[in-house]
Amino acid sequence: MAGQLRATLRATPTLLRVGVAETLAYRVEFVIWMLTTTLPLIMLGLWTSVAAQKPFANFGQREFVAYYVGALIVRNLTGSWVVWQLGDEIRRGMLSFRLLRPVHPFITYAATHISSVPMRGLVALPFAVILLFSTAGDLLITDPVLIGVLVVALLGAWLLTFFMLVMIGSVGLFVDKASAVFEVYLGIFAVLSGYLIPLALLPEWAQSIARWAPFRYMLAFPVELAIGFYHDRTDVLRDLGLQWLWVTAVIGAALAVWRAGIRRYEAFGS
Amino acid sequence: MTSLTRYGRLLGVQLRASLATSMQYRVDFVIEGAMSIWWLGWNLVPLLILYDQRDDVAGWNFPSALLVIAWFTVLRGLMEGAINPSLIGVVEKIRTGEFDYLLLKPADAQFLVSTTRFEPWNLVDIAGGIGLAVAAFVMLGSAPAPGDVLLGLILLFAAAMVLYSLWILIVSASFWVVRLDNLAYLFSAVFDAARWPIQVFRGVWRILFTLVIPLALMTTYPAMAMLGRLEARTALAALGGALVFAAISRFLWRAAIKSYTSASS
Repeated sequence: MAGQLRATLRATPTLLRVGVAETLAYRVEFVIWMLTTTLPLIMLGLWTSVAAQKPFANFGQREFVAYYVGALIVRNLTGSWVVWQLGDEIRRGMLSFRLLRPVHPFITYAATHISSVPMRGLVALPFAVILLFSTAGDLLITDPVLIGVLVVALLGAWLLTFFMLVMIGSVGLFVDKASAVFEVYLGIFAVLSGYLIPLALLPEWAQSIARWAPFRYMLAFPVELAIGFYHDRTDVLRDLGLQWLWVTAVIGAALAVWRAGIRRYEAFGS
Repeated sequence: MTSLTRYGRLLGVQLRASLATSMQYRVDFVIEGAMSIWWLGWNLVPLLILYDQRDDVAGWNFPSALLVIAWFTVLRGLMEGAINPSLIGVVEKIRTGEFDYLLLKPADAQFLVSTTRFEPWNLVDIAGGIGLAVAAFVMLGSAPAPGDVLLGLILLFAAAMVLYSLWILIVSASFWVVRLDNLAYLFSAVFDAARWPIQVFRGVWRILFTLVIPLALMTTYPAMAMLGRLEARTALAALGGALVFAAISRFLWRAAIKSYTSASS
């Protein structure tokens, strides 16, 4: 166990370097891929013209701009393609090579994805600049404590998204159609995470589902925190606690699905 | 004329082959159909939220906006059922070199490439879209005039042509940059905006969705035609635009084929 931990720690810098090199090698594709997250911009166009004459619920144009640009940035930073990667490697049997390495596959996958974050940040940067210097910039939080919490919340959102997708990808070890599961997930995620519409605009009952479901903590929570939708620090701490509860639960679930799946996969491959 | 009947027969053969392939996966058929119905309802969420608080957005009330979504659903069914399954396969063929055999066949390559695969379960989408359109007219309380329906259908044909041409452009691009799945995803993401009437968007978005990626032509114009709101001039311009688009894509496809030097060389 200790030996494995040491091996993992020693391998990590190299894994990260390889990841960065890979991202740079496929930069055009990478940028096209990032451009695919246009949905917040389309929704932004829609809602700002709806809110042009009078505010919609509590949302004026300024709030919509802040919300959707924020959502775009968070989505860009936390996005992950591990479902496709896993599906592809399972289908083509490449997973066997990964299993031979002395480092847990979750670590090698995570390294690839973490090393794409700087490049992702670069793509998100222009949007951050727009957000800062538009009128919506006034909404951003300035309290240093909250900014610290925001960093932790973003990390939580990243972990939650990554392991949720690893879990869904691992379902591919059992069934051929993991992509169908993923599509259903995407649909539910779009509504309950606040990606499509700010959660505050959903009907009451849907909001209370969203509050307890994990999806909100992947996107809406950091966004709402950053643009000052929280008025009470205790609310922020409560939601942060919920987020990390979900993070632990989902990591546990992903590990369980993975372990059960690998046992099957080995039996199937040999 | 003989070549037309020949291509008609070829199309029949390809359709039958696709149908036979998909009948092997009967469970998929049921699952995909059920998913389509579920998505149909789920996709209405933003519309319901928006019209819960407003009666009218940019001149569109709820039933007429529903009609736009109906056209969007029909068109997406057409795209996912008849246009993009074949064309996504082309990339794989270019990469593996199988495309060379296709070029040797004594029929037009673009025709062969476009008809290799159909996914019949998307008929559920098309039926769902028609259902939404009927619901929209029931809510409006008036049936559309026959002439307007005809114009709507003609524009739907134009819309399908534009959509197809856009896909051919994407495939042509893949002769130069081999990985196209990303471009395809990008297009699908942008196409999603077509579920909203074009008048809802302003400024850059409006120009982009009218002229560059003509989403307006695909869903808003057919819906307006059925509501009897489309000016004859706009309809003609849309049809002309669709023809120009088709011509450009055909031209670029030919150029792409000419510069194609096969995977091995």
